[in-house]
Amino acid sequence: MLLRHTEADAPERKALTINPAKTCQPIGAMYAALGVHGCLPHSHGSQGCCSYHRSQLTRHYKEPVLAATSSFTEGSSVFGGQSNLLQAISNIFSIYDADVIAVHTTCLSETIGDDINQIVRKAKEDGLIPEGKYIFHANTPSYQGSQVTGFASMCKSMMDSFAEPADKPGDHIAIVPGWVEPADMREIRRIVEAFGVEVTLAPDTSGVLDTGLTGTSQYFPDGGTTIDELKACGSARTVISLGPSASGPAGRALESRCKVPCEVLELPIGLQGTDRFIQSLSVITGKPIPEQLKWERSRLVDLMSDMGQYFYGKSAALWGDPDQIVALSEFLCDLSMFPKYAVTGTPGKGFMKRMEKACENASGPCRYEEGQRADMHKMHSWIKADKPDVLIGGTHGKYIARDEDIPLVRHGFPILDRIGHQYFNTVGYTGGMRLAEQILNCFLDRQDRDAPEERFELVM
Amino acid sequence: MALTPDPAAVKEELLKQFPAKVARKRAKHIVETEGEAGQEIAANVRTIPGVISQRGCTYAGCKGVILGPTRDVLSITHGPIGCGYYSWLTRRNQTRTESDTDPNYMTYSLSTDMQEENIVFGGEAKLKDAIREAYATFKPPAIAIHSTCPVGLIGDDVHAVAREMKEELGINVFGFSCEGYRGVSQSAGHHIANNKIFTEVVSHEAPTQHFPVPEGKFKINLLGEYNIGGDAFVLEELFERCGISLVSTFCGNSTYESLAQARHVDLNLVMCHRSINYVATMLETSYGIPWAKVNFIGANQTAKSLRKVAAFFDDAELTAKVEQVIAEEMVKVDAAKSSIVPRTAGKSVMLFVGGSRAHHYQHLFKEIDMKILAAGYEFAHRDDYEGRDVIPNIKIDADNRNIEEIEVHKAEALYNDRSSPEAEERLKAIDGEGFAEYNGMMPEMEAGVLAIDDVSHYETEKLIELYKPDMVCCGIKEKYSIQKNGVASRQLHSYDYGGPYAGFAGAINFWKDIDMMVNARWWKLVKAPWDMPEDASAAEARMVTLS
Repeated sequence: MLLRHTEADAPERKALTINPAKTCQPIGAMYAALGVHGCLPHSHGSQGCCSYHRSQLTRHYKEPVLAATSSFTEGSSVFGGQSNLLQAISNIFSIYDADVIAVHTTCLSETIGDDINQIVRKAKEDGLIPEGKYIFHANTPSYQGSQVTGFASMCKSMMDSFAEPADKPGDHIAIVPGWVEPADMREIRRIVEAFGVEVTLAPDTSGVLDTGLTGTSQYFPDGGTTIDELKACGSARTVISLGPSASGPAGRALESRCKVPCEVLELPIGLQGTDRFIQSLSVITGKPIPEQLKWERSRLVDLMSDMGQYFYGKSAALWGDPDQIVALSEFLCDLSMFPKYAVTGTPGKGFMKRMEKACENASGPCRYEEGQRADMHKMHSWIKADKPDVLIGGTHGKYIARDEDIPLVRHGFPILDRIGHQYFNTVGYTGGMRLAEQILNCFLDRQDRDAPEERFELVM
Repeated sequence: MALTPDPAAVKEELLKQFPAKVARKRAKHIVETEGEAGQEIAANVRTIPGVISQRGCTYAGCKGVILGPTRDVLSITHGPIGCGYYSWLTRRNQTRTESDTDPNYMTYSLSTDMQEENIVFGGEAKLKDAIREAYATFKPPAIAIHSTCPVGLIGDDVHAVAREMKEELGINVFGFSCEGYRGVSQSAGHHIANNKIFTEVVSHEAPTQHFPVPEGKFKINLLGEYNIGGDAFVLEELFERCGISLVSTFCGNSTYESLAQARHVDLNLVMCHRSINYVATMLETSYGIPWAKVNFIGANQTAKSLRKVAAFFDDAELTAKVEQVIAEEMVKVDAAKSSIVPRTAGKSVMLFVGGSRAHHYQHLFKEIDMKILAAGYEFAHRDDYEGRDVIPNIKIDADNRNIEEIEVHKAEALYNDRSSPEAEERLKAIDGEGFAEYNGMMPEMEAGVLAIDDVSHYETEKLIELYKPDMVCCGIKEKYSIQKNGVASRQLHSYDYGGPYAGFAGAINFWKDIDMMVNARWWKLVKAPWDMPEDASAAEARMVTLS
């Protein structure tokens, strides 16, 4: 057994986290910043943080992830990291010619109280920021929130730093897409553009973390939201924040700063999540729902009904980001399944309410928790006591999957041992079809594997 | 193969884009080798902020590298959640328990998950509770506490907590002050880990020394082998076939008990000099166990290293056995080489990795006739480049002073000098390195190639542009950038999830992988047909095929 010390009646804990269902804020800030065109994320702290984040993002995407660090030593930890950050700024602009640097803090620089605003002002005074180049930042101490809060804070900072209020709103829509994959960002853009309106996604990692092989490497790939687009978010007709945890703060910041009406939705994963997104777009644009999208919806429902008997009554265990878990839970219920267990290390009471709503139509009892010790070890002990039919979450779940002989659908962050998540969307109706197919195939493969010979089916 | 550019010109080109101050600093890290000892290189000094380095931190070197592979020492990360999370199973240290019920904690990540109130009011109480809870769940023989950046800053005393918990729980509990900012790279973490492992586990004064003295006629330890991709398994088997008793590996596939038995051997073999030479030196000082530098990466190097063991013990039966094993393995090695070399000969490679791998892996490449264009370490010190003779001349700076130097004394009753001038002469006859000697990477490199310390992302890209190598070996962060250029890259930290690469069997695995990487069909498909120059006859032939 890989997790041989986990038992059904695991002792209660109040201080120790075992096998977390979250990580720290800065990696989320780094991922968000990569979605800005020409942007180099910068980690203000020890160089290990930056190294860990780049490594983990690279393992997930199999793509270059460029980011710099202030490389704190003991001296900078005692006297402050100003001189390190100033050096870094000068070096990044002269060596890598970035258009923009997105600084995020770490537990180290936050504990010693470095003031990034003041350091950036000093950089300006010292002439370290070339004309037409930018620096923006987010405070992301690792001892608060999770990677999701770090992502949210960096997205919010994009709006706070760049969005320009306008007297007259434009026609375009701004979308904060949430912590989803580059493929999802492409799909969200396609859905909005089907209404015939212009859209800015902020951030947008498509074209950054899913680039092709051409024989030429670029420090800064072609994708990403440009600074001009971020500025123009201030004149958007509406901003839609997809995922309250990851995108809520950015949308609301845009609303309070530039008076752009903000709508916060759950991620458009699965049927109803996508329905609501599309209905909102129809209301905002004043346009009817495009035939293409209606047709896509009907195909998803068709799949769900054709194969409904295999989904019916099945249960899942989920872990990861609250936005993903909530949206997936609702979709599972629509598939006549239910989220038997769900844990997220990302703290926030809102999760419990959102789950309650998402599980309204659940066909079985749902147990879910959030916060520090809502970890994979706790979920595993629940699983030991009573198994679900499928596991849905990041790669770390494969240890439970093997020990307990439960199929695993890889979803969310991080996926370190399979590909597909970068290329194929799980948002929208088309994404719903992919998710449903992945879950269904698990059940059918199991049935094929476990069926006695006389009950082995050709047609299913 | 394209003509190799002049290394002096390359160096100039590498520095051109840097601001003057950066260029001055980096110039000292880039050396055109002369193929002999005595050249100086700057190493183990601060990374320049903003240059994009490969390096990690002290915590990574301590928890990730040294303690990571020991399966039954329960590691708890004291700090916010990230550090424990990122070091969770990401280094590919394999381990094999003797039974299904033996403890194995390597699949678990334990953290105190410090929150803001712990930063403000201190985290010691939470740490104590976490240790109690960990004990309740795992009942481990030993617990290690790893400090992350904020711990040192807020003044949590992990060592005091460890002492208190040791008393309370009746098991060994020890702490590491391995905050990420302590050194200039993960190297500081290796040193900090070595010190504590020695005083808390290896030394006869360590709390638990009730383990039985291991049996065996020719007893050795293998230091600095971390069982990435199963390397240690290959070497364990090799020693067994030769009749050599491997008591303890630091720390691949190791247990608390095996580490605690380390002082009962006659010879220490040092693989990764950078990460583990401190333990080797302490074992020598305390107990009189000499150490010899070995390298089990590369077939000839493996043979040489086994011969060094045989030469040390100077036993006819052992020597015969070792020669027999080498002869048996070399048949397979030669067969593999002769099939692969025609496809790899003349191909070129650069290696920027680790604290010993950039040196060790050159042997593997040379054995399949590949040319080394440049090599450098990520976190090594000058002695790893220039040889240990340089150690007295290395300037101690503020960053080095941060790392505790512990005083280790001769353990009078247990001290037994197992070295002898005769044994040393026998070792020297093999590769010129006697006891406690390592000549470093640079003197072994061909003249006119570049040694580059702590290479930056910019430099790596520039080198690819200038040298157009067939392959660059780095780590995960660099791999895909390199490959976007259409150049193969193999990770030498994680072996791209393959391996093992150690020993004779590992060498064969490695060559197969390198053959695959440099000759892969996918590199030839990067250019689309419409981007290829096409002569008229080819165009005509294509039309004919279609019609």
